[in-house]
Amino acid sequence: MFDDLRELYQEVILDHSKNPRNFRHPEDANHEAHGYNPLCGDTVNVYLKMGHNGLIEDAAFEGKGCAISLASASMMTEIIKGKTEAEAKKIFEGFQQLVKGEENDFDAGEDTERLMVLAGVKEFPMRVKCATLAWHAMTSAMDDKPDVSTE
Amino acid sequence: MNDMTTFDVEKIRRDFPIFTREVHGKPLAFLDSGASAQKPQVVIDTMEKAYAETYANVHRGVHYLSQVSTELYEGAREIVCAHMNAANVEEIIFTKNATESINLVAQTYGAANLKPGDEIILSTLEHHSNIVPWQLIAERTGAVVKAVPIDEHGEFMLDTYLEMLGPKTKIVAITHISNAIGTITPVRQIIDAAHDAGAVVLIDGSQAAPHMKIDMQALDADFYVFTGHKVFGPTGIGVLYGKAELLDAMPPFLGGGDMIERVTFAKTTYAKGHAKFEAGTPPIVQAIGLGAAINYVNEIGFEKISAHEQTLLAYATEQLGQINSLRIIGQAKHKAAIISFTLDGIHPHDIGTIVDRGGVAIRVGHHCAQPLMDHFDVAATARASFALYNNRADVDALVSAVKSVQEIFG
Repeated sequence: MFDDLRELYQEVILDHSKNPRNFRHPEDANHEAHGYNPLCGDTVNVYLKMGHNGLIEDAAFEGKGCAISLASASMMTEIIKGKTEAEAKKIFEGFQQLVKGEENDFDAGEDTERLMVLAGVKEFPMRVKCATLAWHAMTSAMDDKPDVSTE
Repeated sequence: MNDMTTFDVEKIRRDFPIFTREVHGKPLAFLDSGASAQKPQVVIDTMEKAYAETYANVHRGVHYLSQVSTELYEGAREIVCAHMNAANVEEIIFTKNATESINLVAQTYGAANLKPGDEIILSTLEHHSNIVPWQLIAERTGAVVKAVPIDEHGEFMLDTYLEMLGPKTKIVAITHISNAIGTITPVRQIIDAAHDAGAVVLIDGSQAAPHMKIDMQALDADFYVFTGHKVFGPTGIGVLYGKAELLDAMPPFLGGGDMIERVTFAKTTYAKGHAKFEAGTPPIVQAIGLGAAINYVNEIGFEKISAHEQTLLAYATEQLGQINSLRIIGQAKHKAAIISFTLDGIHPHDIGTIVDRGGVAIRVGHHCAQPLMDHFDVAATARASFALYNNRADVDALVSAVKSVQEIFG
């Protein structure tokens, strides 16, 4: 019973949602964006510190949201740290296809497996926006667009 | 006629074809009627018949079908008029929904009567559709929007309201029943006090119409709005009741066919009564469907519907109340069968997704009532809203589904 629910709410996801990593506002962040889902009222602020070498030196977030959005944001901050802007955006592109259940050649290198735990979202189309909210905010922060709304 | 003396919920469920289906392999426990109610077969049949056998445009032709269609459409207006105990059928205007009804009043009565500094009084309980239209007209006219607060139980604070009323108060627009937490407001006292202060009152009856008898002459509301789809009718049809003398003095809303008396390029004069506010081809079959829905609930009787729903509300409140870390948001003394709740540490969206897999349909989110969510310091809640067709099994399914949410979250 509830197999697809167990698939969606895996231990890893529950752990990230209860103890989100990088849940803070770094003082030296030089890019940030606010993500908002007007459907449910969920909000997320994503903070990035982009180094001179083009690498994401720090990634963090704060916000309110469901288990899916918190876990996704938490995992995102871990994964994009140390990546370039282009790499982070590429991962998001594949990740978005993955959770939408679209054909994809999702490859986030060593992080692929970690993000695959969120693949269960594809069975719940209403929840795709929860899984991608922080990622949209991340790309907005890189592009210096302060606000992003999923509608 | 026997079944009209007792309330047989299982018989009522058989009137609604949706309950023959399953969702995710489970019997459907539909607890989202506050968002939109299911339709009885008689409404579906009436509309099908109106399209298949009597359809034509209204108020236009001299041909037979146009005449029959007009009679059915205007017959629906008479059903609504009698149902609301309005004094006059001219006081019943068909709109698209309650939102349009409120916008109509704001854009016509509001635009014609509001001056800079005038006050529009709303409450923290309001749905966005009874907030935003007033903010829009306040911006245009320089009027000011104020909100009556609620207490920790979700009760409308009548004493504060009475203190807020004054010579600047021009419009009071308050909900009859809160869509998010079920509070029934003291509308009669609200209306009387507003009239004493010289203000007109609009009551948003969207959540009241499915649960209770609404009586315009007893309430003495100046405007009263509700929507068809929440009262077991189709979408695309709403009602605006307005006192005749107010409607007569109001400028038209939308311009077009049907709302005119005589059109020339030099000057156009407008139709009288409800016609002035019904520009263009109206939602003909939707109005006929609404008439069938109202006849349906009246055959059962609101006394019985209300007693049944209150029994369910008490049962659900008691059952949910036994669940650890479940908090019911809004515990007003007089409540309609709507229960908003949160679970510690679990977001309502996760609750909604998980209970859905158990066949339980509830609404999760801010319920288009963000000021109310802010008052209770929550971003969202889960909401179970009941209607005449719900039974104890629906409550049990909800309770068991909520427990499985807790299991999954450990």
